[in-house]
Amino acid sequence: MAIKDYIRERFFPHMWCPGCGHGIVMNSMLHAVEKLGFSKNEIVMVSGIGCSSRISGYVDFHTLHTIHGRALAFATGVKLGLPELNVIVPMGDGDALAIGGNHFIHAARRNIDITAIVMNNRVYGMTGGQFSPLSGYGTKATTAPLGNIDHGFDVAQLATAAGASFVARSTTYHVQQLSDIIRKAILHEGFSVVEVLTQCPTYFGRKNKMGDAAEMMEWFKDNTTSIGSKAKKENDALIERGIFVQKNIPEYCEEYDKIIAHAMEGS
Amino acid sequence: MAKPKLKEHLINREWCKGCGICVHFCPKAVLELDDQDKVVAARPEDCICCRLCELRCPDLAIEIVTEETTRPEA
Amino acid sequence: MDKNIRFIQGNEACVEGALYAGLDFFAGYPITPSTEIAEHLSSRLPRKGGKFVQMEDEIASMCAIIGASLTGKKVMTATSGPGFSLKQEALGYAIMTEIPCIIVNVQRGGPSTGLPTSVAQGDVMQARWGTHGDHAIIALTASNHQDVFAVTVQAFNLAETYRTPVVLLFDEVVGHMREKLVIPEPGAIPLVDRLRTSVKEGVDYHPYLPREDGRLPMSDFGSVHRYNVTGLYHDMWGFPTTKPEIVQGLHRHLVDKIRNHVNQIAMFKEYYLEDAECVLISYGSSARSALHVVESRRPRGERLGLLELQTLWPFPYQLIKEKCKSAKYILVVEMNAGQILRAVKRAVRNPERVFLANRVDGVFITPTDIRNILRIIMGKGA
Repeated sequence: MAIKDYIRERFFPHMWCPGCGHGIVMNSMLHAVEKLGFSKNEIVMVSGIGCSSRISGYVDFHTLHTIHGRALAFATGVKLGLPELNVIVPMGDGDALAIGGNHFIHAARRNIDITAIVMNNRVYGMTGGQFSPLSGYGTKATTAPLGNIDHGFDVAQLATAAGASFVARSTTYHVQQLSDIIRKAILHEGFSVVEVLTQCPTYFGRKNKMGDAAEMMEWFKDNTTSIGSKAKKENDALIERGIFVQKNIPEYCEEYDKIIAHAMEGS
Repeated sequence: MAKPKLKEHLINREWCKGCGICVHFCPKAVLELDDQDKVVAARPEDCICCRLCELRCPDLAIEIVTEETTRPEA
Repeated sequence: MDKNIRFIQGNEACVEGALYAGLDFFAGYPITPSTEIAEHLSSRLPRKGGKFVQMEDEIASMCAIIGASLTGKKVMTATSGPGFSLKQEALGYAIMTEIPCIIVNVQRGGPSTGLPTSVAQGDVMQARWGTHGDHAIIALTASNHQDVFAVTVQAFNLAETYRTPVVLLFDEVVGHMREKLVIPEPGAIPLVDRLRTSVKEGVDYHPYLPREDGRLPMSDFGSVHRYNVTGLYHDMWGFPTTKPEIVQGLHRHLVDKIRNHVNQIAMFKEYYLEDAECVLISYGSSARSALHVVESRRPRGERLGLLELQTLWPFPYQLIKEKCKSAKYILVVEMNAGQILRAVKRAVRNPERVFLANRVDGVFITPTDIRNILRIIMGKGA
């Protein structure tokens, strides 16, 4: 398996539960990286805290496992420090959008060339199953035992409004689309956001009676559709998959290089 | 391109956690979990080398080896 | 006009020191009374090909400099009390992952929003213990611009030598007042770069395996060695572990690497200590008033001396004990409720002879304030 070249085999089997969607995201992501053909020395993976963020320990790149919610801030420093690096930032939904929400907004606003992969399993898994901002109204969690009264928001819309120049969504069922989207996201020069609907069968699935891993993936298949499809028009509740935004606008490091050039000619 | 010919299902029993995703989604019902909850190719002759098991495995525990892929990678 | 002689604020003297030391990347957020550091660097850094970024908050600033340091850059951020509080978690991360970086805290009245434009020295203990867990830290300070410059350069050298964050605890008076600074010629002050690994490509590089001399060679992100950096306790590959013997070993290493070098890290200035009956101990802008008291009283026969500390952490207990051994009284002068006071009391044989002259009302402590306390100590009454 060629993607085995991109993992730190000595640390496998990994710590994720049987059926955890994060393993599938890792799988798809490594296929994307393999297709891109970059040298491993050119890739930096920066993650936060949570089950999603453990991915960085398992992949054979320069990896930076940081603190909860702050991966994008660290990544901004890495990217500005050495813009030639490909910086990929996998985060959980809580990590990226709760405690990390502010950094998410501003990384998008700067349109800095970083690829953010939001692994949305709608729960805080590592700490035992508390609700996240994306759990959704009425769901159950250890800190919402009587039903969650928080509503979520649309990550793609948030990213778009904040200024991200590549915004996409897929699921762990749609592995080929996911791999293709991740590949495009990494290639894109600008802030790319890929939201992946992924399953936590151990907590979210169990507490909300969604079945085992495979059944949760069937749910992704049945409840999502391509952007602008006929099915979406007939049933607005379906979640759209695909690329929402892909535009060419000035990237932050390039803009700063212009500042440097300007400053150096004056002195 | 010619249809890929299956050589074997390479299964890493140490990495396989018996989640059943590959079994559930195999279009030809080739795979099963054995009595130790590890995946085995019960009907390998039915395999069409779609590789969906390989792509959907969270543990990188299953690999479809075809006659083509046993040649050194270009 | 000699370009090397400047008449500038202390904040700008810090900027000059940082640039002299090789600063390449600054991330910060505006906060009084440190903002000038960010403002100057926003134009000075790009002029030399370096990078400046104003991040969305103090936490992001601290995280960004750590990320940039891993790409091989010399990095710094600057803030004041409230921002220093915000940075603590990420500061602890830099300690745990042994990543060189400089954090400037130009202290102001606290706690909380406090007195944004007034002086205090209330963050000394926070610099030592602000982040959770047992850890070591280096914190330096200075009382005048020439020393602000020198101590800033030293801070970078220490960060690179010991692979640690270094806190520069300045204060609003030094930060904002204007004074002469003579910038030394390049090369006049030796600069230290982090030790980089000589392990060749393809050979196993262990990012967290100390050499026999205790030093830990680094490897820049982007070069030939790929490794993991994490704030979890980690093994020599940087991979998370909970194995007790590894945790114990790493913990010891993090604390001992600073503690075992107290003497090399200790910086101070001494005035008239040889025959001093009363030793004043002070630091930062307070030391200016303390020095004034000493120098104005000595011609009148009063045997006063001043020990001006430039290294606050690791606290030089041995040094204090020695310098004060023949003193009848010790007077700690600081603008807080008595923070270095506690460390001094621990250091000396007769802690009951250690007194405090302080102010916490936002007003700069004056020589008169200090003299009034001296009179009481010496039994001369108010």
